[in-house]
Amino acid sequence: MLTQYAFYFLSILAIFSALMVVFSRNPVHSVLYLVVTFFSIAGHYFLMNSQFLAMVHIIVYAGAIMVLFLYVIMMLNLNTDTEPNKSNWVKGAAVVTGGLMMLILVVSTKSADQLPIQKALNPNIGLISNLGKVLYNEYMLPFEVSSILFLVSMVGAVMLGKKETY
Amino acid sequence: MQEIVQGVPLQHYIWLSAILFSIGVMGVLYRRNAIIIFMCVELMLNAVNLMLVAFSRYHSGTTGSSAQVFVFFIMAVAAAEVAVGLAILMMVYRNTKSTDIDFLNRLKF
Repeated sequence: MLTQYAFYFLSILAIFSALMVVFSRNPVHSVLYLVVTFFSIAGHYFLMNSQFLAMVHIIVYAGAIMVLFLYVIMMLNLNTDTEPNKSNWVKGAAVVTGGLMMLILVVSTKSADQLPIQKALNPNIGLISNLGKVLYNEYMLPFEVSSILFLVSMVGAVMLGKKETY
Repeated sequence: MQEIVQGVPLQHYIWLSAILFSIGVMGVLYRRNAIIIFMCVELMLNAVNLMLVAFSRYHSGTTGSSAQVFVFFIMAVAAAEVAVGLAILMMVYRNTKSTDIDFLNRLKF
């Protein structure tokens, strides 16, 4: 019963703050609302018994990515609401498109709960000791390739951010 | 088969992910500031992650941890993408003094 209440509380918080990300005028407020959304999604991960993912989610998203966004917004001095509006036609079309997208997603996954529910044999599957074994046995190659991806993205970010001297 | 695991049916997780994903799509179309559009893309990635974890919680097979490893990789790719994307955005701002995407339509022609 408690998990149900926690689920609905976190869901309402996530949806509300996601809407505020889109509709708030100041970009800094958008970033802060997005942090709230990420914390509520981390709470969902805790409810679904995947503790490692919840911790990584908080560290990576709220700790690294959102700080990067805030840093860029403050460095570009964008924390004022000088953004001109789109026309009402485009706004209405955006809202209608979002609603249709939601309708399609909900209807196309309608038969998902007809499958038999198969819980994991090991209830502690979300802990770091179990996930680490899977990561280093079955997914060794993708793990190493992701390190190359990070290297490439780091080089790319430095190259793009450099002042052009030629 | 509307069996209930831990009190919340799977359909509610699907609805939550669909709503978050649609809010992301709506935000990409609604705003003109490129940074906000970027944040909405992050929101969509998170909706997909939530759906993956929910499906692995309810329909995991014998091992049941592949989806969580996949989510881990999605987070890694998202972090790399944000670093490169924000670097591109800084460059665009340096050249045009704006992050409004309607000024950046020169690629259309």
